Amino acid sequence: MRRIENQAIFSSRNFRAEREEDWQRLEALLKRAEGGSVRRLSDADLVELPVLYRSALSSLSVARETTLDQSLINYLEGLCTRAYFFVYGVRTSLGSRLASFFARDWPAAVRGLWLETLMSFALLLAGIVTAYLLVMNDPAWFDAILPADLANGRDMSASAEDLRSTLYTPDQDALAVFATYLFTHNAQISIFAFALGFAFGVPTALLLVYNGAVAGAFIALFVDRGLGFEMGGWLLIHGTTEFFAIVLAGAAGLRIGTRVVFPGAQSRLAAARESGKTAACAMVGVVVMLLAAGLLEGFGRQLITHDLTRYGIAATMFLLWCAYFYLPGLVRGQR
Amino acid sequence: MDQSAVQRTLITPEGVDLRLKLATAGQRAGAFAIDFGLLIFIIIIFTLLVVWAGVADFGSGGDGEVVTIIWLLGYFLLRNFYFIVFEMGRRSATLGKRILGLRVVARDGGRLTADAVIARNLMREIEIYLPLSFLFSSGLETSGAADGILVLTGFLWSLVFLLFPLFNKDRLRIGDIVAGTWVLHAPRRKLEHDLASSGHERLERYDFSEEQLAVYGEYELKTLERVLRSDNNETLAGVANTIRAKIGWEHGDDDYDFLNAYYAALSARLERGMLFGNRRMSKYDE
Repeated sequence: MRRIENQAIFSSRNFRAEREEDWQRLEALLKRAEGGSVRRLSDADLVELPVLYRSALSSLSVARETTLDQSLINYLEGLCTRAYFFVYGVRTSLGSRLASFFARDWPAAVRGLWLETLMSFALLLAGIVTAYLLVMNDPAWFDAILPADLANGRDMSASAEDLRSTLYTPDQDALAVFATYLFTHNAQISIFAFALGFAFGVPTALLLVYNGAVAGAFIALFVDRGLGFEMGGWLLIHGTTEFFAIVLAGAAGLRIGTRVVFPGAQSRLAAARESGKTAACAMVGVVVMLLAAGLLEGFGRQLITHDLTRYGIAATMFLLWCAYFYLPGLVRGQR
Repeated sequence: MDQSAVQRTLITPEGVDLRLKLATAGQRAGAFAIDFGLLIFIIIIFTLLVVWAGVADFGSGGDGEVVTIIWLLGYFLLRNFYFIVFEMGRRSATLGKRILGLRVVARDGGRLTADAVIARNLMREIEIYLPLSFLFSSGLETSGAADGILVLTGFLWSLVFLLFPLFNKDRLRIGDIVAGTWVLHAPRRKLEHDLASSGHERLERYDFSEEQLAVYGEYELKTLERVLRSDNNETLAGVANTIRAKIGWEHGDDDYDFLNAYYAALSARLERGMLFGNRRMSKYDE
């Protein structure tokens, strides 16, 4: 009896003693790899790591069936989990990730959102047209749509001369600060509009309509004073980029909202996950576009006061974005 | 705690179940509190530095333009990218998560993509900032009762997003749903010393009979392991006396030596049974 008992202990201890060194070696490699870049591991280490990971996994299987030492099993589970996510969670370098984002992922994500982009654009347009018609019929609507601080003196009582001067004199002395403020403010709002998409897309749709309404009220004001053409250049020089970005942010939000409500053949969770992937990619692009829009509004609009040049820049930017997003799809014969 | 409530199956391509442990709502909230506190602290330090640099700039005749730009951009990047940058790192965890031993992984066990990390963190905009903005607007701008009710309704609505993880068993927040991720409790553990091995050396001085070892099962063995590793003298004495009474051991020896030796003998016996296919889960098990 005593003899068998000793043997049992002996084999269990042997098991651990024989493999302990490998576990410690794997742990040390993981610690170095997780602490910094993979470059800190030599080629030999990189070859060794998956081998050590598999041997640790087999140790875990054996331990679960033969030992009752809970701390040993916990240790091996933790070690194997860390190693698993290192071995199978292969990541690309930041450089190649950025390259593939600009070369493929971003335009592809925008193309994938084409239906939501149209919906989002329709909502924005509905806001513009409604507000324009309302203000044209009854100027009192202007104050109802615009908060006073946004109107900044440009209300229904302003003279045509005052309004004209706002189109051609720089708002601020510090153009760079103004551009940065516009960028961070607009980007924050668009991220917010995107996230609200999760609430079945309803708040996102409302935000789109409201944004359109603000623009529509302003257009009505300037058109009323015979400044429609001049106002168009002032608005569109950055507006083609900015409104495009807002429409895309809205589309990304609507995609998540509609997929959660109408998952189709997929489960709701799977549909949400898939829509989130496309939408997040598009949102990074939206932030980049708003950076461009901020620069155009902060610098371009303040420095360029010639109407046709403004229209020219507006059209060029719009065509560039469209070509960048949709041309690769047309060439390959997809949407 | 009931293990099955937080344990999830992930079979590796090698065919082994990793038995992942999900983080609890408390751990998630704790990690977020650390991160959010840290973020506010960093923003305050950053702002102070910028103000200091701005004063220096004005002193030397500048107009503070560059400094303002740095602050605007810095604040925007910190607020939106603090979580994203950390979770894109190799450990897939922010500092708060690291402290509590949590990490973000893809629910399907595949790789955690940049898109997923961005999606899950942009959603904080409605989970955290929306309720916060309702809270602050109720304090500052409320003018009448109607406004108050509106703000309160909005706040309650936004709580749906904030408290979302409490209403599903996987503790998924909205960001997790949209990104296809979940958060694991996978702390780094140290390999502790082998109790059976040290107990075996002590066993030379003890001789437990088969009947004395047949009293307990695996559950009691695991409890005994925890007691031995906790190294709390009072608990050790209490447990040692209980076991002595139960098995009729009458020598008054050192508590730790006795328990360690008993642990080694009991685990040897149970492991032997395990190899032959008879497991004894607890003392009530025959």
